[in-house]
Amino acid sequence: MTILVQLAIGLLFGLGLIVSGMSNPAKVLNFLDLGGIPAGIWDASLAFVMAGAVAVTFVGFRQVLKLAHPFFAERFYVPTRRDIDPKIIVGPAIFGIGWGLAGFCPGPALTALGFGSTAAVIFVVAMCAGMVLARFVAQLQSSTRIAAPVHPLES
Amino acid sequence: MVATSFTPIASLVGGALIGLSAALLMWATGRIAGVSGIAARLFPPYEDREFAGRLAFVAGLIAAPVLVRLVTGSLPAQTIAAGTPVLIVAGLLTGFGAVWGSGCTSGHGVCGLSRLSVRSLVATITFIATGVATVFVIRHWS
Repeated sequence: MTILVQLAIGLLFGLGLIVSGMSNPAKVLNFLDLGGIPAGIWDASLAFVMAGAVAVTFVGFRQVLKLAHPFFAERFYVPTRRDIDPKIIVGPAIFGIGWGLAGFCPGPALTALGFGSTAAVIFVVAMCAGMVLARFVAQLQSSTRIAAPVHPLES
Repeated sequence: MVATSFTPIASLVGGALIGLSAALLMWATGRIAGVSGIAARLFPPYEDREFAGRLAFVAGLIAAPVLVRLVTGSLPAQTIAAGTPVLIVAGLLTGFGAVWGSGCTSGHGVCGLSRLSVRSLVATITFIATGVATVFVIRHWS
């Protein structure tokens, strides 16, 4: 049952991406093209996608988080971190370069697979490789941090 | 580059559907609808037992255009200008950066901003800035 519900929720997300125009990389790139404003290339549509999504999510989360627990789970898994570490800037900076190169971010890229696009397959395979690599590097870092002997003068 | 038309109504409605989906996922599973987080956790190491649910969500994303084509008989335009080498580099950077920064456009841009998270605000401003800079360099620096 949970699986079917999550399939339906993913389907709704994908429909939103298609209706909003986010599934078209050309539209995304034209939104990011602030230098194209004088030539009339700039497409502000994405700001409306964000506005619509944030407005509904904002209200939705407020209602849902009043509940004792999620419908199919024992508790909510809401991120609690508030610190601004280098990773929260470096990661998105790298992500943005990739986004600006092809016009794809993860959601629209996965939805593009259903369009039958070969380009999307290439992008998604590379994206998954990047994800696996990032998790591997992050794990490597945390394990070396634990394994490294504490400097005697620091302890 | 391909000119695209400004679609405020469709984009607002589509955005609202994305928001509804994010709210429903929180209601059902108690989790953030961050596509990069969901996709990345389809690969090992596995930290929980949510694999099937995540796979179902991703299957839904992929099935959406198939359903649209079945119902309406057509799909909206999709123009992918990037060639294979650019797609590979872009995919690697997008995937790596999304995991390194704990989220992407959906996790930070939609869910994070809706939770008034400062981390997500920093992330969203950063990826829009480098995205704008990248497009600027490609389109206007030659």
